[in-house]
Order: sequence, then C-alpha cells, then structure tokens
Amino acid sequence: MDQASLFSLLSFGPDGWGMRFVEGLVVTVEVSVSAYAVSLILGLIGASAKLSSSKIARGIADVYTTLVRALPELLLLLLIYFSGADAIKFVLSLISEDFEDFEVDPFAAAVAALGFIGGAYMTEVMRGAILSIPNGQIEAAKASGMSRFLTLRRVILPQMLRYALPGMGNLWLSATKDSSLISVLGNTQDLLFMGYRASAVTKHYGFFYSVAAILFLAITVISMIVIRLLEARLNRGYK
Amino acid sequence: MDESLSFFLSIAPTLLAAVPVTLTLTFFSALIGNSLAVPVAVASLSPNPLLRYPSAFYIFVMRGTPLLAQTYLIYYGLGELLPGTWVQKSFLWPYLRDGFWYAIFAFSLNTAGYTGEILRGAIMAVPKGEIEAARAYGFSKGLIFWRVTLPRAIQICLPTMTGETILLLKATSLASLITVWEVMGTARQIQKVTFRVYEPLIAAGLLYIIMVFVLTRLMIIVERRINRHRLAPV
Amino acid sequence: MDTTLKVEDLHKRFGAVEVLKGVSLEARTGDVIAMIGSSGSGKSTLLRCINLLEIPNSGRVTVNGELIRMKPLPDGTAKPEDMKQVERIRSKLAMVFQSFNLWSHRTILENVIEAPIHVLGVPRKEAIERAEALLAKVGIAEKRNFYPNHLSGGQQQRAAIARALAMEPSVLLFDEPTSALDPELVGEVLQVMRKLAEEGRTMLVVTHEMGFARDVASEIVFLHKGQIEEKGAPREVLSAPKSERLKQFLSSTRH
Repeated sequence: MDQASLFSLLSFGPDGWGMRFVEGLVVTVEVSVSAYAVSLILGLIGASAKLSSSKIARGIADVYTTLVRALPELLLLLLIYFSGADAIKFVLSLISEDFEDFEVDPFAAAVAALGFIGGAYMTEVMRGAILSIPNGQIEAAKASGMSRFLTLRRVILPQMLRYALPGMGNLWLSATKDSSLISVLGNTQDLLFMGYRASAVTKHYGFFYSVAAILFLAITVISMIVIRLLEARLNRGYK
Repeated sequence: MDESLSFFLSIAPTLLAAVPVTLTLTFFSALIGNSLAVPVAVASLSPNPLLRYPSAFYIFVMRGTPLLAQTYLIYYGLGELLPGTWVQKSFLWPYLRDGFWYAIFAFSLNTAGYTGEILRGAIMAVPKGEIEAARAYGFSKGLIFWRVTLPRAIQICLPTMTGETILLLKATSLASLITVWEVMGTARQIQKVTFRVYEPLIAAGLLYIIMVFVLTRLMIIVERRINRHRLAPV
Repeated sequence: MDTTLKVEDLHKRFGAVEVLKGVSLEARTGDVIAMIGSSGSGKSTLLRCINLLEIPNSGRVTVNGELIRMKPLPDGTAKPEDMKQVERIRSKLAMVFQSFNLWSHRTILENVIEAPIHVLGVPRKEAIERAEALLAKVGIAEKRNFYPNHLSGGQQQRAAIARALAMEPSVLLFDEPTSALDPELVGEVLQVMRKLAEEGRTMLVVTHEMGFARDVASEIVFLHKGQIEEKGAPREVLSAPKSERLKQFLSSTRH
C-alpha cells in the first residue's frame, strides 16, 4: 500500500480512523487529568502524613510510597482494577462521604489506580517542597497569630507550589504516559487502544502505532510549553 | 486462609521459575541500553549539529512517548516488516519471532534515551579543571573521554542510575503484553487458568518487592565501591 | 646553556579585550622564572598560552628547539596545525594548577602514574616505582592509596607536583600553586618547590609569594596589562624597581 492510501486511512470520514484517534486523544487527556487530580489529593495527604508527628500516619505513608515504588505500575493497575468497587469506594471514601453510592466503571477504576500510583510519587515531591520552605517563614506566621490552617493556606501552599513545580511537571508527563497502560484493560477507547484497534483491523501496525506515538509526543510538547510558562509565572519575584 | 496459603504455595514454583526471565530482561536491557547511552550523550553534546539534533530528538522521543507504545511499535511494527525479507530465511529467524528479543530491543532503546539524558547532564558536571589537567598532560581527546570524563560522569550519575535500574526492572513487566512469560505474564497466565484474581497478582507483587529490594542493595554496594573516593578514608 | 623554552611576541585576545600584547620570554635550562603582577595582568594567561590550554592569536612558542606549528585563521585567531605535536609538547611542559585539579576518581598513586602510562607509554611497573619515589620526595608516600578528597590542600598540591614530575618534563609550569591554600599550608608546598629549583629544574612560576620569588627565582618578570613592564635578577627588580608601576605593585603587596 502506498503512502497516500496509508494516510487516507487517517481521514476523518466514516472509513478513516482520524476521528477515532481524536476521540482517543480526548480520553487519554481525560484519564490523565483525572488521575493527576487524584494524585494531587493523595500527595497532599501523604506529604502531610509523612511530616506529621503521628507515628501511625508516618508509618502508613511510608508503606504506601514504598509499596508503590517497588511494584510495577501494570501490576498495581490490574490489582486495583480487579479489586473493583471495593477499592474505589475505599479510595473515594478517603476523600469524601458523598461517593457512597458511586457506580464503578472501568474509567473510574483506571483513574483510581493511576491516581493511587501517582499519589505516592506526588507525596515525595510535596514532602520535599514543604521541607524546602524556609522554616523562619512558618515561624513568622505562627508568631503573627495565624492558625495552622491559615498558615497552610497562606504561607505553605503558595510557596510549596513554587518548589514542587518541577517535580509536579515531571509527574504530569509521567501521568500522560502511564495512562497508556489502561489500554490493557480492554475496551478503554484511549489513544494507545485506538492504535491497537486500528492496526489490528488494517494490519498496518507500524503506521498506526507511530500515529499513536506522535499524538503522545504532541501531548508532551504542549505540556512542556505550559509547564515552562507556569514556572516562569511562579518564579516572578525570585529571579 | 489455609486454603489461600496452600494456593500460594501451589503457584510459587511456576512464578519463581519466571524470575530469571524478568532478571535477564532487566540485565540485558540495562547493559545494552546503558552502553548505547554513551554515544547518545556524546552526540547530544557535540558541536556538530548533524550529531546534536538527531541525538536530542532521539532522547526527546524516547522520553516523550509511553514505553508501552514503543514496545508495541517495535514488536508489531518490526513483526510486520520482517516476514518475507531475507531475515525470514536467516538462522536468526526462530529467535526473531520471540517477543523476548523485541522486549529487550524496545527496553534497551528506551533506556538509552533516559540514561543518555542523565549521562549528558553528568558529563557537563565533570569538573572542568580535571579535564584541563588531562589536556595539559598531553592526553588526546579520546584518552580524556575514556580515562577522565566518562568515569567521572558515571560516578556523578550513579545514584540516579540506581533509581533508573529499579524503574527498568519494574518496566520489564510490560513484556507480558507481547507474550513474554516473565513474572507479570506468568501471574496473568495463572489468573486465566485458575480463575483466581488476586492471589497470582499478590504473589507476583511480593516477588517484585523482593527483587527490587535485592537489586537496590546490590546497587548500593556497587555505588559504594565505585564512589569510594567520597567516603571517609579507611 | 641551552634554551629550553622560547616565547616570541605572544598575543592573546578574549573577544575585544587584548590580554597579552606581544610578550617574549626565554628560559634556559635550570632557570626559575617567577612571573608577578596584579590580577588581570595576563600572567596566568601567558602560562596557559605556552602549553596551548589557551590558543594564542599570534606568536611563536618553541620548546627544546621545536616550534609549535600554528595556522592563522581568517577571523584573527589561530589553531594548531598538528594536535599530535601539541600533545607531545604538552607532555614535556607539566603544569601545576592553582586548584590542584587532581583526578578525584583515582588514588594519589593512580594520579601520578596515569599520564606516564597512557601518554608516554611507560610500563606500569616502572611507572609505579617512579611514582613511589616521587611521592616520597614530596613527603606523602604514606598517602599513596588515598583519594585526593581525603588529603589537605597542601598534600593535594604536593601530589600534583609529583604528578607533574612523573612526566620528566623539560619545564614545570606553576600557575599560582599556593593561592588556593590555607596560609598554614603554603610553606610545605613552597619547600618542595624550593627543592626542585635547587635540583636545577627549569621552572616557570606565576606567584604572589614575593619571598619565594626573591630567594629562589633566577629571574623575575613583572607583567602589567599584557606586557612585560620590567624583568631582571630578583635583587635588582625587587630592591631597585625602575618602573613606577612595579613600585606601586610592590608597595601594595608588602605587608
């Protein structure tokens, strides 16, 4: 098959795969964003636990990050996915009680699993960032009568963001790439799944996996630009 | 609980038999990938744009796309190209159909990209004075690289490389998706045969934890040995 | 006596700044030339141009009667015609740096045998024997298996001198060898250098140590703004300076 007809396979018409890949791109971004949001919440909880004075909280957080860092992402994904409703309900109940009657779907399971994995790495990033805030500033907040919550909200969080951003940026890039793992779960409609499906149907494996890879690369490029802009913005007044 | 335990024991031999596959995948991918990382890093620092840009692009693609996509592309893409060519008639063909070699190929290329970038940074961090001393003593460019720059750079990036090797060990689980029966793949096989969902995965997880632990210890020993100049004198 | 090192009309520019404006210098075998001058006078650059760590824009450097062949480039700079020749000549001009620049991934002994084995092709066994004698000579034989980071600055600099001697060089180039040292460690390094001068080694020393220059040097060269302002025997130059600038410089360095 010549190149022209290869590219016609990518058309946006009813016979082409173009539209399906766009849909796949959207699903991949949705999964990544949702999983990243979960990992942010878990990371904040994990970092607070690691820095807390409670031995139990520190112990749980240590087990969490050690386990996640020792286990393959694929294995964790399958474990959490298969454990289905229970695991998701458990994770969500950590966040809020509103999720009691939550209906479990593969999308949510994938998000929970990827978020759980990302959360462990996020814990380390945020812990490091909090530790790099000069202690004097936190003392100054205490001294001026700010409550613990107010100190967290007004002093720690805004500064932490600046220290954490490089690590958080890397974790976002990892999240977009790790999201490709969900394609092993079956009918997930994400970008890599589309590559799998299109190449299996047309037998043009090299071509369609390349298309999927290029679209992942596009996500990376755009993400890197956004991260750079954010960093420039957050570093105003420091350089 | 007893029943679960006996189940674990019954699948243990099968899973343990897959450990060497995982370790072989890790070892060869690390060996080939880290060796390829040297020319990648050197090219990325070259003043010649014909070397620098391709190398930077290579690093960018390897780090910017999912390893699973790369693995599929190599396994299915090459699998689509090779049949019907001379390769099919060659003595290598029986090997070339095996997912194992594609996995090593894919993981090596990926490792070369990641390590290449790490090594690039480390080469730039080698103290300029030590390189200058070598120049002043009449070392040729090649001699400076092999005797001073590279060994110093490896020392500098060794702690990062330890982490990367652990990540690689975990990443070899993706080989299960191209029919390689390493630990992860074997666990999924057991799932399908026994209709048990959790136990095979948990058992495999335990094996990964042990492998990661042992590998980390090993790497720390290697690191101490190579970086002994940083430790207190004996 | 033979001329070991000859420098003729050396010019060096960094961008628009001309750091060396035509410097000529000659060292006969056994000469100890001390180069003094304020910072920015170009004395370190001169030393680094001699072994081509910096490439001079123009001028001639001759070592043991062999001229380093240079090729002028259209942009006003120059480059060596033959890097092999440069590498060979560099191995005859061993340099001792301000910040020691020992290879931190190798032990002291390995530092000393590295270049003899890999540049000069000396057999390993012979190189080790020689290195051990040199380490004994500079007084750190017992540190042979230590790594540079485990030694004091003075010990590191003495190891660096042993590394330089191991090349059996025609000329030893010292680039402010005591400037990075704590005051109490300066003496031990100067003592070693004094011993080398007494042995009749040809040395080019960029230094701020006036006492060393006065007692040990056979000639003092005062550089100012990229030119040799005054030179001569230490006694004359230091006790009866002719140039106004040298007088100023000397009064500012005397404590």
